[in-house]
Amino acid sequence: MKTNVLIIGGGISGLSIAYNLAIRGVQDIVVVDKSYFCGGDTGRCGAGVRQQWATKTNCMLAKRSIDFFEKAKDILGYEGNLEFKQEGYLILASSEKEAAQFKQNVALQNECGIPSRVVSKKEALQIVPHLNPEAFISATFCPTDGHLNPFKMSEAYMLAAKRLGVSFHFYEEVLDIDKEGDRITRVITNKATYEVNQVVNAAGGYSHEVGLLAGIDIPVYSEKHEILATEPVAKMQGPMVMSFSHNIYCQQVPHGAFLMGRSDPDVPHDHDIESSWQFLEAMAKTVTHILPPLGQLRVVRQWAGHYNMSLDRQPILGGVAEVSNLYLACGFSGHGFMFAPITGEIVADIMCGLTPFMDVSELSSERFKEKQDFIIEKSVV
Amino acid sequence: MDKSKVILCRCEDISLDELSQKMEEGYTTFEDLKRILRVGMGPCQANTCAHLIQKELAQFLNKDMSEVSVHKVRPLTLGVTLNQLANGDQNED
Ligand SMILES: Cc1cc2nc3c(=O)[nH]c(=O)nc-3n(C[C@H](O)[C@H](O)[C@H](O)COP(=O)(O)OP(=O)(O)OC[C@H]3O[C@@H](n4cnc5c(N)ncnc54)[C@H](O)[C@@H]3O)c2cc1C
Repeated sequence: MKTNVLIIGGGISGLSIAYNLAIRGVQDIVVVDKSYFCGGDTGRCGAGVRQQWATKTNCMLAKRSIDFFEKAKDILGYEGNLEFKQEGYLILASSEKEAAQFKQNVALQNECGIPSRVVSKKEALQIVPHLNPEAFISATFCPTDGHLNPFKMSEAYMLAAKRLGVSFHFYEEVLDIDKEGDRITRVITNKATYEVNQVVNAAGGYSHEVGLLAGIDIPVYSEKHEILATEPVAKMQGPMVMSFSHNIYCQQVPHGAFLMGRSDPDVPHDHDIESSWQFLEAMAKTVTHILPPLGQLRVVRQWAGHYNMSLDRQPILGGVAEVSNLYLACGFSGHGFMFAPITGEIVADIMCGLTPFMDVSELSSERFKEKQDFIIEKSVV
Repeated sequence: MDKSKVILCRCEDISLDELSQKMEEGYTTFEDLKRILRVGMGPCQANTCAHLIQKELAQFLNKDMSEVSVHKVRPLTLGVTLNQLANGDQNED
């Protein structure tokens, strides 16, 4: 089967790339995914969207993505409800050192046009009254950060792309990739063989494995991150509450449930995504310390997904030196949902030979070859 | 029968009518429907709706019920409060 563009992975990244290629006039696009709709990490994420980052690159990507989310329903012509909520992220500082770092972050964010600010403990307690005052000394707040329903956001991209002629094949797994010289000629799945002009690797937690099929060793790895949901209750918390030192993010979604997660610093690099009781216990201890009244809520479900990690915790977008018609969108390091709009824009621009809105050398996988002293994003849970 | 009055998922208040509509739109596995309609994500975790939806899917797809898989069972089996979880180790020797 001849196909102009084959996108491997129908998560939010592949969906946004497909849509962005299609609106740039690219024809004959096929998206293949080995699982069901939202079966990868997009369907497992907390779906928080924030702009409070510590590197300029991440700030710029996040800001432009929020600008898109604000208009996404209209732009994509989506009839459903994206459940977009913009009630901010409150990020807690629990030491003088953390507070000083956050002050610097806010200065950088403001430079990029992001309306974040440092708030005192008193003001933080006005924004989220049920915070434990002993658990932090000050905070930063950005009112335009927020949350969307990840399934609805994905469906919005998928339906818009379908209307522009993109085909989607779920339950179809890429098994092999054939090359001639530095070009991919064919992609072989469990159902068909595609003769292709351009290929996108948007395989999320499996992007390293898909890279290997094309003969490249992408510097990313996957690790398990766990999360839980409580029973829904009447609205009591506007913003996402986050702390890097206490290792927690916790928000109430419009549906009423609380979602919360934390990282395990000793987690192995692999594809295990089973739920553990260790997470449940550590999560419960952390959240009842930071947000004591939440202790009364029942947990109804826990699950897990991958973070696909890059060495500097910033995404890898664009072409690769070794394979002339392969493009990457991976290494999102736990924040690929919120970057999806800009991922699609940048990758589609590069594939169409257009000039992206920012210098993309910062995002290319080549950056890891040139230097060892990357600027590492530290604002991650 | 008024399909909009037949409730399949009591936790998330999803009617047979809504289910039929989504099946028509092409969401024809339990995992798809769970993501689009939230069926199976509520307090009972699909204990009530799973076999009802399985039956509807089987009928729609003209398959045997045994060929239609349902949701992945996720912990916890019963809702447990975060306080109980946080203090659980205090009951152990
Ligand atoms: C617990 C948790 C919480 C998170 N919270 C947030 C958050 O609050 N905000 C945020 O921005 N991000 C968050 N993330 C990160 C976010 O989920 C990811 O960065 C994002 O979903 C990545 O999207 P993707 O499309 O690149 O990958 P995916 O959604 O994983 O899509 C990749 C797809 O590729 C398919 N695939 C893989 N291999 C093959 C193959 N060989 N052939 C065919 N198909 C294949 C998979 O089936 C999958 O559907 C969180 C992640 C986790 C696990």
